[in-house]
Amino acid sequence: MSKLDSKIPQGALEQKWTKYKNSQSLINPANKRRIDVIVVGTGLAGASAAASLGALGFNVKIFCISDSPRRAHSIAAQGGINAAKNYPNDGDSVERLFYDTIKGGDYRAREANVHRLAEVSNSIIDQSVAQGVPFARDYSGYLDNRSFGGAQVSRTFYARGQTGQQLLIGAYGALSREIERKTVEMFPRQEMLDLVLVDGVARGIITRDVTTGEIHRHAAHAVILATGGYGNVYFLSTNAMNSNVSAAWQAYKKGAFFANPCYVQIHPTCIPVHGDYQSKLTLMSESLRNDGRIWVPKMMEDLEHIRNGRMKPTGIPEEGRDYFLERRYPAFGNLVPRDVASRAAKEACDAGFGVGKTGLAVYLDFQDAIERLGKDVVEERYGNLFQMYEKITDENPYETPMKIYPAVHYTMGGLWVDYELQTSVKGLFAIGEANFSDHGANRLGASALMQGLADGYFVLPYTIQNCLADQIRVPKFSTDTPEFETAENEVKERIEKLLSINGKQSVDTIHKKLGKIMWEYVGMARTKEGTAQAVEMIKQLKEEFWSDVRVVGKPDEMNNELEKALRLADYLELGELMARDANQRDESCGGHFRVEYQTNSEAERDDKDFMHVAAWEFTGEKADPKRNVEPLNYETVKVATRNYK
Amino acid sequence: MDFTLKIWRQENAKAKGRFETYKITDVSSDCSFLEMLDILNEQLVDKIEKPVVFDHDCREGICGMCSLYINGRPHGNDDGITTCQLHMRKFKDGETIIIEPWRSRAFPVLKDLVVDRGALDKIIQAGGYISATTGGVPDGNAIPIRKDKADTAMDAAACIGCGGCVAACPNASAMLFVGAKVSHLAHLPQGKIEAMKRVEAMVERMDELGFGYCSNAAACEFECPKGIKIEHIAKLNREFISAKVGSQLPKEGGNFSM
Repeated sequence: MSKLDSKIPQGALEQKWTKYKNSQSLINPANKRRIDVIVVGTGLAGASAAASLGALGFNVKIFCISDSPRRAHSIAAQGGINAAKNYPNDGDSVERLFYDTIKGGDYRAREANVHRLAEVSNSIIDQSVAQGVPFARDYSGYLDNRSFGGAQVSRTFYARGQTGQQLLIGAYGALSREIERKTVEMFPRQEMLDLVLVDGVARGIITRDVTTGEIHRHAAHAVILATGGYGNVYFLSTNAMNSNVSAAWQAYKKGAFFANPCYVQIHPTCIPVHGDYQSKLTLMSESLRNDGRIWVPKMMEDLEHIRNGRMKPTGIPEEGRDYFLERRYPAFGNLVPRDVASRAAKEACDAGFGVGKTGLAVYLDFQDAIERLGKDVVEERYGNLFQMYEKITDENPYETPMKIYPAVHYTMGGLWVDYELQTSVKGLFAIGEANFSDHGANRLGASALMQGLADGYFVLPYTIQNCLADQIRVPKFSTDTPEFETAENEVKERIEKLLSINGKQSVDTIHKKLGKIMWEYVGMARTKEGTAQAVEMIKQLKEEFWSDVRVVGKPDEMNNELEKALRLADYLELGELMARDANQRDESCGGHFRVEYQTNSEAERDDKDFMHVAAWEFTGEKADPKRNVEPLNYETVKVATRNYK
Repeated sequence: MDFTLKIWRQENAKAKGRFETYKITDVSSDCSFLEMLDILNEQLVDKIEKPVVFDHDCREGICGMCSLYINGRPHGNDDGITTCQLHMRKFKDGETIIIEPWRSRAFPVLKDLVVDRGALDKIIQAGGYISATTGGVPDGNAIPIRKDKADTAMDAAACIGCGGCVAACPNASAMLFVGAKVSHLAHLPQGKIEAMKRVEAMVERMDELGFGYCSNAAACEFECPKGIKIEHIAKLNREFISAKVGSQLPKEGGNFSM
């Protein structure tokens, strides 16, 4: 058996999941009570998984980095969640959602996983409605839909501009119910710092109580990581400040493969960077592209007038505007997938047509929509986003176009998992953004919420039973073993080491340096040479970090600087791996754009040599990681060049 | 812009706190309030002093994690915002800014500006949800919901659980938080089945956790970053009375409601 057995069931694509469920092992209720499961992370994936597993009868412990599950960054997802309901009667189906997702991912995702995702998508909507998620409705009382990038149908369900919040509150409610019923035990303000293996199987974790600094041990029959993505490696991203890769990274260092780390989604519609002190970037939902039109001035002289304040963007006549997405991609227009929209905006700015103080922005204009629909309708659809924009920029988007620019938003790469969502370490599962599985090289809008909840509500509760059926006779684990002892000591040593360096640079200073390298060389446009350089630069920066970082405070107290330092230590290693992965993938696909591989500025894939998943294997602190390959077989979809024209 | 900051510093939950004064200069007016504190913390790290600890996460006004009491107002002197959405352009150059944690018996201070809001989670655990176990639910369109009801439910569901309402209230009452959840679910047909049990359990839990009573001061509505109206407290009161009357009836009395 190869190292990478994806365990995709045999049979026709549309029968695989049904067949799997019909023939998998189950665990009876009395035995479920004997099995302990740890869930790390309380976002959509973690909360839905913990609630569902708790309701099934497993003993669940769930760990939350913040004070409450409701802080998880799923809460910030604005636009919506996809499902193949076809309520608008516009021709949608499971097959079409499947196909759009595979195509959107630039033919770098597993067919079987994506098909399963499309199949369960409808159940997520039903479940959420039953939980009281107040989705938008029309006057007849039925659910409303809108369109998102990469689709020609309206399949996105939404709750104003706060869909992630409402879905998370639904899952958090379900989780809260299980906590009250004592099937789930909640551990707030605990950060996972290590994974514990016993005889090669994941059997527990080491956590730090961020309030007191105490180090704790927790044992279980299985560990589920639902710890989100790693976009903060760039320092500036749309991720929350506490989002980090450390749990997944410790798993990688214990033997879980890390797949496609270079697949990063740069979201086209974010508020542009405005200063060195900036701590994060704010996303403006993709849903805005339903009604907003993206443009830059056509004429250099107009641009100069705008820059020196002699002219307003509203003063530029229609013929003086280049609606570059509508011009280049007439079929999809402003609703092309995110990677395509981001690159087009970058090209417009690189060519000198960018607006704003830095020249790194394009307009997102609602003038036509306001004329067509009226201000009230625009306000009902996007009011909270417009308000958010105005608070940050001090400009009123009802009167002047928004300025937007691409920013790091989502990471398609993550821990390698098989069809059952189990990593290459037995007993360790990864769900939601933390795994790599369903989005290929580019995720479509409104698909992250779908995947997180699919994994947590409707996939893992099945597959984990198949994987744990042989565990029912395994007694509960003690944490009083040499494996836990060693792991705890390693964590304590790491903390002591960071606090004893007493260097000159703050954690953020070094993190910003890493961010600059990543954005410059492993950002929207990558080259063979640049990514190779980045590997070396990050290695040097890592040395700088371990010899010159300054972490103030003590280990046994609430210490934000220490938390940031622990995370940055892992980001420095991840950044290097991302650069390596980008360097080795000699093609352009989805979010990974290698300058050498393009035709007429469109990404050029190399299906002959790169139609595979790159799953990286840790081989030791000093050794280079090993690149393993899982070939992707397209049995149903005809692989083609993506065309949104 | 230059500012004088008076910040509450407290080593841990048991220690006695005090105000410390800091000067900060050359801050951009486009800087957010939390970014201003980041700059201060970088300066403290430079001087090998302990940075000010404060809760924050999404920095886009939705996670509800940030929780500062600034010049006497939760989330500071602007309307409809969380602290992370407050910008320095809202202050006068040279101004003295007083920064405190949320003050409430139910929210003990953990360190500096960080408080423990676990009590809000405990109220939700008492019944702030619809008990729909995963699977086995009808199609999403099986039960139409009137648009105005769905919209009102959404208005209430917009609560981010920041606890600003408790911090603003002279009695440290959590009625707006509880009212928002009760009202959200009571406006939906799916939420009606458990409505009576829910409101009684949530109010009972709220009382146990040391929150104060509501005396209609309406400071909660004024300071709510998401504009949640005290009408939801009125809805909570109606639901509570219905439940109390309803639960006095014999079981066979069925679905009594007002």
